[in-house]
Amino acid sequence: MTGRAPEPVTAAANPPVEPLEANLGARDVVRASAMPNLPAPDRSLTEVAKLIDVSKCIGCKACQSACAEWNETHPEIGVNTGVYENPPDLSAEMFTLMRFTEYDNPDTGNFEWLIRKDGCMHCAEPGCLAACPAPGAIVKYSNGIVDFIHENCIGCGYCIIGCPFDVPRISPRDNRSYKCTLCSDRVAMGQGPACAKSCPTQAIVFGTKAAMIEHANDRIADLKSRGYANAGVYDPPGVGGTHVIYVLHHADQPSLYAGLPDDPQVAATVSAWKGANKTIGLAAMGLAAAGAVLHGLFGRANRVSAEDEVEAQALVDREREGDA
Amino acid sequence: MRRRHFSDRGDRILDRNPVRVGRYRLFTRINHWIIAASTILLLLSGLAFYWPSLFWLTALFGGGQAARWLHPILGLVLAVGYLLMFVQLVARNIPRHDDVVWVRHIRDIVDQNEDKLPTLGKYNAGQKFVFWAMAGLILLLLGTGVMIWHQAFPDLVPVPARRWAVLGHSVAAALMAMTFVLHVYAGIWTRGTLSAMTRGWVTGGWAWRHHRKWLKEVAGRRD
Ligand code: HEM
Ligand code: SF4
Ligand code: SF4
Ligand code: SF4
Repeated sequence: MTGRAPEPVTAAANPPVEPLEANLGARDVVRASAMPNLPAPDRSLTEVAKLIDVSKCIGCKACQSACAEWNETHPEIGVNTGVYENPPDLSAEMFTLMRFTEYDNPDTGNFEWLIRKDGCMHCAEPGCLAACPAPGAIVKYSNGIVDFIHENCIGCGYCIIGCPFDVPRISPRDNRSYKCTLCSDRVAMGQGPACAKSCPTQAIVFGTKAAMIEHANDRIADLKSRGYANAGVYDPPGVGGTHVIYVLHHADQPSLYAGLPDDPQVAATVSAWKGANKTIGLAAMGLAAAGAVLHGLFGRANRVSAEDEVEAQALVDREREGDA
Repeated sequence: MRRRHFSDRGDRILDRNPVRVGRYRLFTRINHWIIAASTILLLLSGLAFYWPSLFWLTALFGGGQAARWLHPILGLVLAVGYLLMFVQLVARNIPRHDDVVWVRHIRDIVDQNEDKLPTLGKYNAGQKFVFWAMAGLILLLLGTGVMIWHQAFPDLVPVPARRWAVLGHSVAAALMAMTFVLHVYAGIWTRGTLSAMTRGWVTGGWAWRHHRKWLKEVAGRRD
């Protein structure tokens, strides 16, 4: 008899040694792509979050290495292009990426090196999930984690179209979409994410969303006391909040950090495409087909009459003889 | 050779008793059925991505991955086939004054008061509408389809452009489905039409009733 793994509240804990039952799975799914009438799960997990404190990050990329190691991904060995980003972009083999921005602060005259850990934000309203056409290829669990279920993925790339943060990547190897899982497999076993666990400065921490907001507020108070008047948390309401949140020293200008969206939302084009367009389109196609069938069954067919044949015969004879 | 206004080079009186008129040569007919088949398969695979409860249609293609892979390739087949068809048929599909008069008599068309309608060349305004609507929609579907064809062109256009493309593709596909229904329906409601695309000919009576100027010109030709 094995117990069920606890819900993790930190990334610092060591793994259990006794065999445990996974505590996150299909029965915790609150939303799934292309499955509009999903029954509500019979239990609700506590919302979790990963907090990335940009002001503490030293850009060492331990998290990137830990992520590749844990997920057994193999990013291609690249070349030095004169910037610190390596690899140059997120990929199906690199779920998280440190992005470096050099910023000349006009207010202080200081040169600032802004380093942001990019990756999936685990949106409460995930655009990827809204766009995906394959049933169950993208799921959201009651603890807030958004996960890609690769067996169900068809490789269409709609998740890329739907995501406001440009995160998912399709693997050219197996034509399936990949992104940060928030280490859902570790969370299921009571462990925090690998990236958080590896972070030497504790810039990445993990716990319940409430605890992470509390921790963020402590950090913001500290930053403000040290002159960062605009320090704040990035938990964008446009996507219903996220389960990866940042502490930013310049929370008034998120886009300073390698183009982090100032006010991310599921694009209006995406909502129109998946919403009104489909309802109207399907209704119009249905009506056209039904109208044709009904008229076909009950309308009077347009038949060629015997007189038409006689007239045609006469016309052809006239034309032929006329020239002969 | 007299100038042709209403007929194509291959159109012929095949028999005089009873009259049979050749309308499409074998190449055109084969091409038409390739276009038809690819359109149906495109609609079935496309609708699977369009609406969650139709996703099961992917099973017809061997699963979601296969349907996703095949759909754009079928799109290319359709586009090439239609281009050939377009070149062959465009000359007789240019709108003329007769078409305006014919459309104004829409009630008489439905009520089958054939004697009140103007006599027509090889195509009526409805057929011309389908011809041009399909041409425009296929062009649009090809353009937008290539933009969202992730496997072949992963970085062709930036994400915001892809969003517009997929919306445009979706709208155009629904319009194409409706045009397709109109086309098939018209071909069945107007009895005697199907043989033009199956066996390649129509009866004299059919030609006299629906396309009299075409029949007259074909009958009068000596080339
Ligand atoms: C002409 C070339 C075409 C190309 C290159 C093309 C390409 C694509 C691509 C790449 C997709 C995304 C799914 C996938 O990767 O398979 C798609 C979706 C779709 N296609 Fe096409 N397609 C073409 C023509 C057509 C035609 C003729 C129709 C229907 C008459 C059609 C109907 C659809 C529909 C309904 C969708 C789903 C759209 C949605 O989810 O809103 N496509 N097409
Ligand atoms: S690529 Fe996969 S996960 Fe992304 S939208 Fe398509 S089916 Fe869904
Ligand atoms: S960041 Fe993008 S991929 Fe991640 S949950 Fe949000 S929409 Fe989906
Ligand atoms: S949470 Fe896990 S998958 Fe996501 S970036 Fe961290 S290590 Fe990678």
